[in-house]
Amino acid sequence: MAVISRGFVGRGGEVNPDLPAGQYLTADFPVLSSGPTPHIDTVDWQFSIRTDSDTLHTWNWEELHALPVEDINTDIHCVTRWSKLGTSWRGVSLDTLFATVKTTDEYVMARSYGGYTTNVPLADLLGGQAWIALEFDGAKLDPEHGGPARLLIPHLYFWKSAKWIHGLEMQSQDEPGFWEQNGYNMYGDPWLEQRYW
Amino acid sequence: MTGTSEAGDGRIGNWKVGVVTSIRRESASGRSITIDVPRWGGNIAGQHTDVRLTAANGYTAVRSYSVASAGAGDRIELAVDRLPTGEVSPYLVDTLREGDELELRGPLGGWFVWTPQQTESVQLIGGGSGIVPLMAMIRSHEASGSTAPFRLLYSVRTPLDAFFRAELESPSANLEVTWIFTRGAPSGWSRPAGRITAADLEAHGFPAALSPTVFVCGPTGFVETVASALVALGHEPNRVKTERFGGA
Repeated sequence: MAVISRGFVGRGGEVNPDLPAGQYLTADFPVLSSGPTPHIDTVDWQFSIRTDSDTLHTWNWEELHALPVEDINTDIHCVTRWSKLGTSWRGVSLDTLFATVKTTDEYVMARSYGGYTTNVPLADLLGGQAWIALEFDGAKLDPEHGGPARLLIPHLYFWKSAKWIHGLEMQSQDEPGFWEQNGYNMYGDPWLEQRYW
Repeated sequence: MTGTSEAGDGRIGNWKVGVVTSIRRESASGRSITIDVPRWGGNIAGQHTDVRLTAANGYTAVRSYSVASAGAGDRIELAVDRLPTGEVSPYLVDTLREGDELELRGPLGGWFVWTPQQTESVQLIGGGSGIVPLMAMIRSHEASGSTAPFRLLYSVRTPLDAFFRAELESPSANLEVTWIFTRGAPSGWSRPAGRITAADLEAHGFPAALSPTVFVCGPTGFVETVASALVALGHEPNRVKTERFGGA
């Protein structure tokens, strides 16, 4: 039972079916980070997937670019309530990276340069749903937006799309990452408004 | 899996209906709003709250705002700056009146927070309305009688743009306040007007060697500049907590 806010009309307009509940459209690209922006030289950059058998699959910058790079056109939704529709990215599909990885674990902890972590079920990284993104809007990814490479999992709230991605660690159980320990939801489906604990 | 819906979010609860008890102008574009929120239950310094507005036709808009107050109790203070193209902030600054009801949900957030149990030195660096969560920390620091050394660097366009000006002009014994004016400084002010630099941080901030906890809050460009300069000055990145608003 909502309270009517005296004198509030809002921007009005029709309801946009592409906008999840509680979100608003933005034209710019807000930056939200919990600390200083790490600056990583692509010469030193490395991405790895660590599996249950403690095997490390590693790619450097050249090796990653030798893989098929896909165009991605997608909507993104931040838990702080902004959404951007029809954003364009380029990146390497996680399906490609996991093609040679053998694991029985169902959960993943994403780890970033700078120490950020976020947890995702493996199923949400596969099936054309997630990428290591290298470009946004036709240009290489700015450090503020997670460059040189970030995770892109657009069907979940955007804090799951870890900036400055460094690696994925397979785990048998779902453990909370950084924001998940600090008040945010373990899964983060924008269409179910899974924002907080 | 958690999979909580709004109704299932036990820890922060459902929307609560607060009543605006007082409003104070802070600057030409900002004001602070005191609200009685039954069942709020207190908050830690630095936490925020969702605010929901509902139009007569059922349209709703929700935004998050930092809470300027801290501690136990059901009375909270918000301080809001009007964003010219905003949807919620112009309403809160220009339309909302004492006695109006306002829906809130919180407190939220467990990262950009300070508790009186912390004894280390604390460096606060705020730009514009980024002062709001830092103000909650300053008030919590003072109210708890904490002896942790606090320093604040507060960057505003001109003295007239400062939030909480009177309160910050007479700080408590364990708080040192340095003002940075970016557009217009008072006459006789030794530092020329201009954006914050590494030299300001070095001259007025706690040195990195002291390992202070640093809280930086403000517009994205401000936070990027300050956080990068802090790391260059030797501060451990994991001791520098940031909160940003706006695009890059």
